[in-house]
Formats: sequence, C-alpha cells, structure tokens
Amino acid sequence: MTLLAPTRAGHPPPAPPAARSGRRRLLPYLLLLPGAAWLLIFFGVPLVQLAAASLYDPSGSLSTGYAMTWAVSNYPDVLQAYWPQFLRSFGYAGLALVLALLLGYPLAYAIAQKAGRWKNLLLVCVVAPMFTSFLVRTLAWKTILSDNGALVGLLRDVHLLAPDGRLLATPFAVVLGLTYNFLPFLVLPLYASLERLDPRLLEAATDLYASPVQAFRRVTLPLSMPGLVAGTLLFFIPASGDYINAELLGTPNEYMIGNVIDSAFLVRLDYPQGAALSFLLMAAILAVVFGYLRRAGTEEVL
Amino acid sequence: MARETPAGDLRLADLTKRFGVFTAVDDLSLTVEQGSFFALLGASGCGKTTTLRMIAGLEEPTSGQVLLGDRDIARLRPYKRPVNTVFQSYALFPHLNIFENVAFGLRRRGIRSVDDEVTRMLSLVQLDGYGNRRPAQLSGGQQQRVALARALINRPQVLLLDEPLGALDLKLRRQMQIELKRIQTEVGITFVHVTHDQEEAMTMADTVAVMNAGRIEQLGAPADIYEFPATAFVANFLGQSNLLAGEATGASGGDVAVTAHGTRFSVPAGRSRADHGPVHLGVRPEKLILVGSADQVPAGHQHVTGVVTDASYVGVSTQYLLRTGWGTELSVFAANSGTSTPVAVGGEAVAYWDPRHAFLLPRDAADSDRTSPVLDEPVGASS
Repeated sequence: MTLLAPTRAGHPPPAPPAARSGRRRLLPYLLLLPGAAWLLIFFGVPLVQLAAASLYDPSGSLSTGYAMTWAVSNYPDVLQAYWPQFLRSFGYAGLALVLALLLGYPLAYAIAQKAGRWKNLLLVCVVAPMFTSFLVRTLAWKTILSDNGALVGLLRDVHLLAPDGRLLATPFAVVLGLTYNFLPFLVLPLYASLERLDPRLLEAATDLYASPVQAFRRVTLPLSMPGLVAGTLLFFIPASGDYINAELLGTPNEYMIGNVIDSAFLVRLDYPQGAALSFLLMAAILAVVFGYLRRAGTEEVL
Repeated sequence: MARETPAGDLRLADLTKRFGVFTAVDDLSLTVEQGSFFALLGASGCGKTTTLRMIAGLEEPTSGQVLLGDRDIARLRPYKRPVNTVFQSYALFPHLNIFENVAFGLRRRGIRSVDDEVTRMLSLVQLDGYGNRRPAQLSGGQQQRVALARALINRPQVLLLDEPLGALDLKLRRQMQIELKRIQTEVGITFVHVTHDQEEAMTMADTVAVMNAGRIEQLGAPADIYEFPATAFVANFLGQSNLLAGEATGASGGDVAVTAHGTRFSVPAGRSRADHGPVHLGVRPEKLILVGSADQVPAGHQHVTGVVTDASYVGVSTQYLLRTGWGTELSVFAANSGTSTPVAVGGEAVAYWDPRHAFLLPRDAADSDRTSPVLDEPVGASS
C-alpha cells in the first residue's frame, strides 16, 4: 500500500469492499425491477383473472353476474364445439409459414449476403409496411383480391381462375394475408443470422468439395438456425392466434380460433368460454413451441 | 483409401485477372514442379492472393489457363478441383467440432469411414484428442493446424496456403514454419504458399516468385534471388540493398565498369544485368565492412567514404548508417562476432566490399540511389 500511495494521491479512498460488493450484488435485481413490475401488473394479474374467468359458471352472463364454480368442464366443452377452428388455425398458420419460408429465406439471404450497398434500403422495404396499420394493409388486400378487381379479372382472362372463380373469401386469401402480414417477423431474425454468416466459410466449403447445395445444407442452414428458429416462432405464434385476416379476407368458413375468441368476448359476451379458449390456444402454442425447440435443438435461442 | 495422384506440375499460362480497370494479375506465367514448396512473395495488393484464388477456383481468370498436368482447370468449379486451401482466416466451421471439420472434405466426397483417416491426420498436426472440441476453444496456432489438417486430409494435388501464419505471433510463426516444412516433406504434396513475409518465404520454399503490381519480378531459389536480385524492387523487398545510381561504361576483361557519384567501380560481368547506360550498383549491407581509413581496405576491394550517423545494436549485429559525401545513407550490418572493433558515431569511416559481392541492375534514368527496404504497403505501380 505504501508503494502505491503516491499514485493514489488525490483520489477518494475506495469504499470498504464489503459494502461495495453488497451493492453490486443488488444491482441486477434493481435493473430488473421496472420490467418485472410491468410484467406482473399487465401480464401476471390479467392472466390469473383470465384463468379464473375460464372456470366461471357457464350459465352466468354480464347482466346476471358470474359465479365461480370451478367449472373445469368449460374446457372439454369448448374443445368439442370449436376443434375445427383450432385445427384450421394451426393448418393455415403452418401453410402460411411454409410459404413465408419459401419467400423469406431467399429474401433474407439476398439482403444479408448479396445486397451490398442496397442492404439498408432493402431492409427498410421489408419493415416499411409496418409503418401503416395492420388493419389498413389487410383492407388493402381485400380491395386487391376483390371480385371486380384487376387481379381477379386478369386471372379469369388467362383461365387460371374459372369465370365465376374468386380469390376473396377463400382459404387462399386468408393464408395469403397471414403470409404477407407476418413475413417481416420471419425475415428480420433470419437476416440477422445470415448477416453474421462469414462468406469465407462458404468458400471453404466449396473448396472442400461441397457443391452449392451441400454447402447450403452443411454450412449456411446450420449457421442460420438461431435466426430460423426465432423467426418461425415469431411468425407462427401470432399467425395461429390471428383473427383479422380470417375476418377481412375470409368467411365464417375460414374462421380461425382467434375469431371464435373474439366473438366470445365481444359479441356473445360469453366470458368463461372465451377465457377457456384463450387458455387452450396458449397451451397448444406452448406445446408446439416446446416440441419444435426440442427437435431443432438450438440452445442459443432460449 | 489413398487416391492415385496423377503426375503433373501446376502451370499458370498467361493468367490475367482484371477487376474493372484494375489489373490485379497481369499475364502471369509460371510452373510449379510437382511436390515442391513454392512461395509467392509480395507486398499486399500485388496480386498474389488473387493468383491463389484463381488456382483454387474462387476467382475466375479474365484470360489464361491454370493447368494441372495437361488439364486446364481454370474454369472448373472449386469443388471439382483436386486443390485445397488453407485460408488466411482459417475459416473453420464454427458449428462443427474439430473431427467434423477435418472430415468435411471426405464426407462431401461420399466417403463413409473417415475415423482412421481423421485420427491419423490429427496426429500428423499434433492435435490428438482434440476431436470433440469446437474451433472457438482452440488457440490460434491450434486452429491453424486444424485448417491444415482439414485441407491435407483430401490429399489434394496442390495445397494452397494463403498467409496461413499471418495471425500468429512471431515465435509460434517460426515454429509453424518448421512444422509446415516437415509436413510438406512428409506428404510430398505440392505446396503453393502466399506470403508477404520474405523470411517466411525463404525459410520454407524451394522456389520463390517475387510479385509486384500483378507481375513476377523474379523467380528462383531463395539464395539465388537474394544473392543476385533481378530488379531494384526485388533487391529491396527481399532483404535490403544499397543501390547506388551510376552509369555503366561497358564490359572489358570480364568486368563491367561503372561510374557512380564520381567514383569508378567494377562488377564481374556474371553479376551484371546491364553493361551500359543507367544502372544501379548494389551491395547488401552485410557484405559491407566498416573500417576507420582507406588504407585498411584490402587489395582488390572497392570502397566509399562517409560519416557514421547512426549505430543500432540489435544483438546478432550492429547496424550502421554511413552518410556518403553525396548525402546518401548506406546501411552496413556488422556481425557481432567479436572480431571487429565497433565504430564510433560521428566519426569518418570507410565501407569496403568485394566486387564479387556486388551486382548491377538496369535503372530508370530518373531513378537515384535506393537504400531503404520496401515496406509492406500497397505498392501500386512502383518499380
């Protein structure tokens, strides 16, 4: 200490080590506090409230009030009534995901690896639609796909569509809407992964006898896995719970589980049913996600 | 699984690569004998890496041929060439362990049982037992050896090394140079090594090609190039030379007479690349001997007089700067063998040399004395 004294001159003496390490240990928790409080108030409390609502007596109503009867039978009841919408939700979301992957992977790859100085402009183009409301964009698709619109007219003229064929109010329109609306959520994480991919690794792979297809399978794909997993989840989860696309671009025949929940809460005012459906949807999505993550096996994502 | 290696030298014929208006490699022709260790030496930007990438197939030549034996592979896709590369950055696959990195080439060619070969290769590069590690868990030198094993396991006809030791520190670099040379002798594959480190090129290669501005300035055995450089660039890129601007006045009796800065010198005709017109008279700093006065110069030697302006003691030698009467500072390296007496800074001294150690190079009329080594900077059109 005596040797160091001259260099320390003028500095305040360091705090006693015990007090300092104590404050240090608390710091992470202090930083967590605002977020945790937010989550508790706006997610935790409503979640408990919703869980309670899902167990209310189904014969109650807003005007007569609900009684808590631990009505677990709400769950099998709604599942029996609405399993087709459940299946349809995952079917449409899955189909849209496949389409989005076919569109989004090459797009993300091109922006990340080949775009050069156009990279930022192209990224803005991917994100730009999000500057307008989800609702407005979906309504725009409604116009584009409408029966007397130019697109349907053209498709009828070239006989890709029967003379009375239509695009709007079909499963095709709903899947297309889902694909379009959630594409950026897939492309952005994929882009982030592919952007980090060192092109020299691809050169090394081709140097080591990998054809372009093999280089993709053995190097590009595994190295983009974190982005791919994150992107598919960010796409699939909101897409399977969505109700706007089915509402605006489909008919009740294309309704997804989101539409049923929407009408349970806002039209039929059947809170126990809406809450039970919401919990079932959450459980189903969690099951799908965990199953997927186990298979994909990317510990980097979670 | 030893693959029959068809006999064949690597030949580059009139190889040219242009990027827009910039000519990176300019009508390059050379032959690399099968089984030899060949070094392409040059400053950064001289086109040596582009040449290597054209051999590997990562760059397509604008014109010319890359011949392996009689086969032109210049337009073959990289994965169809019997050529492998050790990249400057190693480019190991971060998602694969060391075993799979090394096995990569074999697996891509559909070879099923790779265990023995990979184990053998890992022990050749002294990395036994490292198979399960990830590249990120290895040190720079170990990664470098994995990159080497990953390329060598394929028994390529030609192994390309792109500054593979550039990222290593000096001591490790020296060790790896010896290691690389040992492995090359052991496997007998043609090595083409790109480097900007002249010492590295000279230590390892059988043949060195010095490149500058897309062309080969000189090609030959390291000692031949060092002792008798072909151009002023080579003389000062490979080591350092004192080049004095002079005028050659013709050969007579086996010697070429030169007048430089008012003094007459002579150089054996066998060491002259020009015998009239503007020339550079060159002497390596270690071939100069410093003494106190002109009467200490032995008979048959030639000398210049000057003032010692600097002496740096570097252990094995002392490096002096001698300012001549016309202002040029010559470098003189005196070995610290204990036989010569140190010369004082500020005093007058005489540097002498044996004419058989001098050499004559043609010179651009506008060029003056050149005594400083070429630094490793982009060279552009200097020469």
